[in-house]
Amino acid sequence: MTIGLAHYLVVSAILFTIGVFGIFVNRRNIIIILMSIELILLAVNINFVAFSTHLHNVQGQIMAMFVLTVAAAEAAVGLAILVTFFRNRGDIEVDDASMMKG
Amino acid sequence: MDLSSALHLAIPELILAVSTLGILVYGALRGDKSAGTVAALCGVALIAAAFAAAFGGHGKVFNGSFIADGVALYAKVFIYIASAVIIVLGRGYFERLNNNRFEFPILVVLATLGMSMMVSAGDLIALYVGLELQSLSLYILAAFRRDDAKGSEAGLKYFVLGALSSGLLLYGASLVYGFTGSMNFDAIAAAAQANPQVGLIFGLVFVISGLAFKVSAAPFHMWTPDVYEGAPTPVVAFFAGAPKFAALVLLARTLNDGFAGLHDQWSQVMLALATLSFIVGGLGGLMQKDIKRLLAYSSIANMGYALLAMATGTAQGVQALLLFMVLYMIDTLGFFSVQMALSRKGVAVTKIDDLAGLSKINVKLTIVITVLCLSVLGMPPFSGFWGKFFVFGAALDAGYWGFAVAGLVASVIGAFYYLRIIKLMWFDGDKGEIDKSPFEAKWIAYAAAAFSFPVAMVALAWLYPLAANAVKSFGLN
Repeated sequence: MTIGLAHYLVVSAILFTIGVFGIFVNRRNIIIILMSIELILLAVNINFVAFSTHLHNVQGQIMAMFVLTVAAAEAAVGLAILVTFFRNRGDIEVDDASMMKG
Repeated sequence: MDLSSALHLAIPELILAVSTLGILVYGALRGDKSAGTVAALCGVALIAAAFAAAFGGHGKVFNGSFIADGVALYAKVFIYIASAVIIVLGRGYFERLNNNRFEFPILVVLATLGMSMMVSAGDLIALYVGLELQSLSLYILAAFRRDDAKGSEAGLKYFVLGALSSGLLLYGASLVYGFTGSMNFDAIAAAAQANPQVGLIFGLVFVISGLAFKVSAAPFHMWTPDVYEGAPTPVVAFFAGAPKFAALVLLARTLNDGFAGLHDQWSQVMLALATLSFIVGGLGGLMQKDIKRLLAYSSIANMGYALLAMATGTAQGVQALLLFMVLYMIDTLGFFSVQMALSRKGVAVTKIDDLAGLSKINVKLTIVITVLCLSVLGMPPFSGFWGKFFVFGAALDAGYWGFAVAGLVASVIGAFYYLRIIKLMWFDGDKGEIDKSPFEAKWIAYAAAAFSFPVAMVALAWLYPLAANAVKSFGLN
């Protein structure tokens, strides 16, 4: 059996779904949400690289590089915000982030 | 086109990028005592960029990934001016809180640079990078008061949902790329015209969802009320105007340039988003007690009008969008400056009930709030009426009768809560003296109210042809 475009797309769709569900179903820890976000971005990267080789077009791989860079910046900003949140609350449970409702 | 003429078209962005880098180094060397100088320099850079954009040339450069056309330049000028006003508002606000860090104006300018890349984006890479530059700066701004529990919660919520929306957008972009074989909007449009596959439409829906998050259209609005309530007020004033304008222009360009042939498909998505925004914005606002949360729901309903204008896919619709957003931006800027101008014993007035009897304490600010309320609810002859008038005109010409009626109903529901504020202020018993209003917040509020009526009547005679000219670059009919 040869591994074709469809296989890559299915893997990436599964990873993407796991990432999205990780954000909404997870009720414990905010770090897990950050991991889910990374998972989503990596799923997208698999898509871009798979399409790029399939189409013999380099743009997809360039985009993948940009996504990697932005993902790193996003993780840095996310963790920094998480640290300020932890300093104010002493906890990073998801259910704690509920001072404001309505 | 050679490099020098390409760079010539990107002068506004170059001014912002180079000057922020320089100012950041200056601020880092001098520390927080340089905050005033840094704010002034950032303001000058924004005004210079606004001039460069106002007199900038048109063209498509860097292999079609950077577009300087009428719509982009129109949006840039107003975005730069709005950001400069935010720097003025934020400077006073953070100084009074003894939280005067020099990073605030720099982050505002970086976010503005991101927005200006968004409105000029001609392919998916530029779209994504511009959007992320804007979003990352805004996440930090939302959590800017790091000693405040509500502020950091607002920042965290905005970050998580914003990152999710970027993920959705990116997944959609990857599908669009895969099924058309190009990142460039023009090439995407050609491929979509020739062969509209299911995967492509799937990707398009993901891209629209990601951008709908950024403009806080229902059902992607969950973050809006919490972030509006928790984030510092000048930052919220920023969120409510410029980023939404930039995201709407980006959406208009993506849909009208990249997916012109799929208008039947995307107009349905836009109409559904608009109707949901009317419902959520109208009904959600009824139960609110907090001024900023009320404004959040009001902004959701207003995004409904913007999306309704965009759904038409006509030149008239995009023109209505451009006019509506500029008038709306000025109104919200006024609303949030009024909120910053009101405090009792050093504590900001946040509850709607605390506005009771304001007319007996401070008539000028009461008149300002009354004018802005009437304007946002769409009462003629205030500026908000004209924005909605153009939107409904475009919707009716496109044959969207039912949706225009839904918008009118949302306006009527919205009228209930705005009129309640007016009644509270003019006819109820007062709750005691308010503090002396800060100079800049007060005057920006006066200016916004004066613009709403009567300046808007004159300004529209100049804005209307300006927007009409700008839209020509989209080549719609």
